[in-house]
Amino acid sequence: MHDLAPLTALGADAPLHETIGAVTLTEQPDFALASLSARRGCEKEAAIALRKIIGHAAPAPGRSTNSQGLVAFWVGPAQWFVEAPYNSHEHIADELKAAGGDAVSVTEQTGGWARFDLSGETATEVLARLCPLDAPQMQSGAATRTSIEHTGCFVICREALRAFSIWVPRSSAGSVSHAIETAMRSIA
Amino acid sequence: MIINHPLLGPRDAAEFTYFGDANLIHRPDGSPDTTGNTSAQFYTYQYLRDNPAGEHRELWFHEGGDRSWLVVTRNTLTHDISNVELASDVARAEGRST
Repeated sequence: MHDLAPLTALGADAPLHETIGAVTLTEQPDFALASLSARRGCEKEAAIALRKIIGHAAPAPGRSTNSQGLVAFWVGPAQWFVEAPYNSHEHIADELKAAGGDAVSVTEQTGGWARFDLSGETATEVLARLCPLDAPQMQSGAATRTSIEHTGCFVICREALRAFSIWVPRSSAGSVSHAIETAMRSIA
Repeated sequence: MIINHPLLGPRDAAEFTYFGDANLIHRPDGSPDTTGNTSAQFYTYQYLRDNPAGEHRELWFHEGGDRSWLVVTRNTLTHDISNVELASDVARAEGRST
């Protein structure tokens, strides 16, 4: 029998949770992630497939939607990511593929990314030091890909000015989280 | 410099990479003809470019963003950007792609 100890993206036993100044950075390991892209000429069918799973229209460019914890966010033309609690939606990729069939390409992304939540009074000041986004302008639900520490990351605004999630490529979680902590410290 | 992305709105130019003349999306058939020579058309495509001082249509890739290709009309003297389109829309308008 295997006897493997689960580790976080940072190689620790417990997820990162750190408050520096007025901001808190929390690693969120308990979310499943999958991507859905339309195959050539199947943009409409892909949007319909996504609708079957999330229960409402696919998010517009630069936006995310949230229905009972099932979050979909736009990542490119006719491409979306779906984020869901791991316990209830471990097989979210299979669900998306079953809904979309040959019209879509679905990739399981859970193991490829790590989610860090950034919240607090000065969260937008931290983001201003990390990426070219105009974070104070982001409304609740805004979601976009950008570069943090030379790494392509997704930034989702959960609550305007106060709470953001950053999806970081798992293999770069160490360097990106270090950059975030450095930015937090620099304004603390 | 700010590029007004057709889908995402104004974004910092640091998120983009520059590729070159927008004519690069008009790639002709590069296979050799009956004499074994590659077509003159492909030679022109490959090697000959205008280098205008003024308005220039060029390809930019939103590498640090949604990874879409854009056709940006930029004045090379002033860096004033007058138009931004999705390259896929430009190709579709010309009857290519789906």
